[in-house]
Amino acid sequence: MNFLVESISRFGRPLTNSLIKLGFACRFLLAILRHSATALLRPHLTLREIWFAGVLSVLIITVSGLFVGMVLALQGYDTLQRFGASSSLGILVALSLVRELGPVVAGLLFASRAGSAITAEIGLMKTTEQLAAMEMMAVNPIARVVAPRFWGGVISMPLLAAIFSAMGILGGYLIGVQLLGLDAGSFWSQMQGAVDFRLDVMNGVIKSVFFGVAVALIAVFEGYDAPPTAEGISSATTRTVVTSALTILALDFILTAFMFRGV
Amino acid sequence: MPLIDFQNVSFAYGDTPILRDVSLQIEAGQLVAIMGGSGSGKTTLLKLIGGQIRAQSGKVCVAGQDVGALGERELYQLRRKLGMLFQFGALFTDLSVFDNVAFPLRERTKLPESMIRDLVLMKLQAVGLRGAAQQMPQELSGGMARRVALARAIALDPQVMLYDEPFTGLDPISLATVGQLIRELNDALGTASIVVTHDVAESLAIVDYVYFLADGQIVAQGTPAQIRASEHPFVQQFINARPDGPLPFHKPAPAYADDLRLA
Amino acid sequence: MKRGMIDFWVGLFALAGIAALLFLALKVSSQGSLPAGSSYQLIANFENIGGLKVRAPIKSAGVVVGRVSSITLDPERYVAKVTMDMDSRYHFSRDSSAEILTSGLLGEQYIGITSGADEKVLSAGNTFKITSSAIVLEQLISRFLFSQADQEKEAQ
Repeated sequence: MNFLVESISRFGRPLTNSLIKLGFACRFLLAILRHSATALLRPHLTLREIWFAGVLSVLIITVSGLFVGMVLALQGYDTLQRFGASSSLGILVALSLVRELGPVVAGLLFASRAGSAITAEIGLMKTTEQLAAMEMMAVNPIARVVAPRFWGGVISMPLLAAIFSAMGILGGYLIGVQLLGLDAGSFWSQMQGAVDFRLDVMNGVIKSVFFGVAVALIAVFEGYDAPPTAEGISSATTRTVVTSALTILALDFILTAFMFRGV
Repeated sequence: MPLIDFQNVSFAYGDTPILRDVSLQIEAGQLVAIMGGSGSGKTTLLKLIGGQIRAQSGKVCVAGQDVGALGERELYQLRRKLGMLFQFGALFTDLSVFDNVAFPLRERTKLPESMIRDLVLMKLQAVGLRGAAQQMPQELSGGMARRVALARAIALDPQVMLYDEPFTGLDPISLATVGQLIRELNDALGTASIVVTHDVAESLAIVDYVYFLADGQIVAQGTPAQIRASEHPFVQQFINARPDGPLPFHKPAPAYADDLRLA
Repeated sequence: MKRGMIDFWVGLFALAGIAALLFLALKVSSQGSLPAGSSYQLIANFENIGGLKVRAPIKSAGVVVGRVSSITLDPERYVAKVTMDMDSRYHFSRDSSAEILTSGLLGEQYIGITSGADEKVLSAGNTFKITSSAIVLEQLISRFLFSQADQEKEAQ
């Protein structure tokens, strides 16, 4: 009997622990929203975080987008020309970038480039008692430290995803038209004919907003929740990247199922 | 009326008692040291004053207000009257020395920037670091960082100053400098000050009164002269730094012989 | 980093993001669904719509003049009722015909409109009188095979 109870509680504990953590994260999101007035009324606080999370990620996003687009074009051309449909290359590149790869890959890069940095920064501020000092100066660290970083991430993410998609399509153009010799006119016009602004582009943007909220929340939460030790911060940074990646992929599946069903 | 008034305060983390039935009073203008070994509950005492934790029984009154009964907003109001120096200074690493000292003024007052500039330079002059105003905290030595943190703590002219281990990790010269500053600021501002420390020599030289804390209880108290003359075994062990005494060298364990299975 | 520099770079970043979005909007995609207010609805009933999908284009002389907005089954007559959003710049005479066509041999299906001679035009909510259904390839093949078999029988 005792053995039974023990084994049940052994398997149950990780589950309850993660549920407790999820609940705490939800409460944390509400606290951030409640204390967002400072971040929005003093825009330079948020601007600084957009600089950290967004501007400093532009390079990696641009380069990755370009390469993803070029690889897509090479691979897609190889397959399409077997069916004599190589002129549809533009459609293939644009649709896969705008709908899926743009938001998802940009989100993953954003989580590992900016999310981990946010977690480490907040975790270190906690370890060195900077957050406690702020609290003792009657300044709420959620309003002053957490909320600007959260909003900085949420605002940066859709812009980065759009830059990624645009660069990817440019990369596809370079390979398809400049290297493989497809006709530039039909490349663009076929693409334009098949990609719908509202259904494809806007849905991609909506996805990236969701991913931005998820990654930013996970990053600030893990930093704030990290045990104040060197080991605690390093495992919190790892958790940010892993949890963000899994959340992005799961969210992507759910959003795709809602947006593109039966179209 | 004393500025700080502990009335039979008890506090426990879960089942572990930290403070047991502590009573002490501190008047304006008084500089008091709380001494005791690591884990004796000294820092908990400071957190109770700042309202970061609440006593399970008894009352903590600061400036006539019962800290345990205050709501979040009133607590933040009360903290404006408190200044706290953290163990390693807890300077904001992303702000310059000037901005660190200006932080409480900018966050908590609506003073014009020109007046904030004058106030910050005055506070920095008081700790002798006006020349370091444009440096970043990473560029300062430990002692200088501690003095900048002191300037930040007194920025809003607090009525109560709390010092959490202000002497840890300082060379003898910086240590004496910080000790002198604590005394001078206390006399100049007329604050009630608490220094939590285990540095016996330095604190006995500057404070008015000493409380010894062991196992969460006050075991001895008196003026520095009384303490030096005290026959109390705990005080003797502490100021003469003996490894064994009322605070045992050995953690409680089964008999040595039994543990080695010699019997 | 000075605050002014941060503002400058963030501004540049926002500009790049918006430029990327504009590029996606203007160069990569097109406004598939017509904006509300500049379209009117027409209805056509087909015996069989084959593989016609919602959002399929409606063309007249090869020019896209609208999109299919909904496809439902008429429960009384058991025919497919196709509702179309038509560009309000174009109007068609009342004896126009609508037929379901396929672009290429295996391409996507669309509705082609051939205008008639009547002077009155179809207005919002009207129904096409003359329609012809999609060509279903399987039916075509089986019809061909049966007719072949019949011919062989007759020959015998």
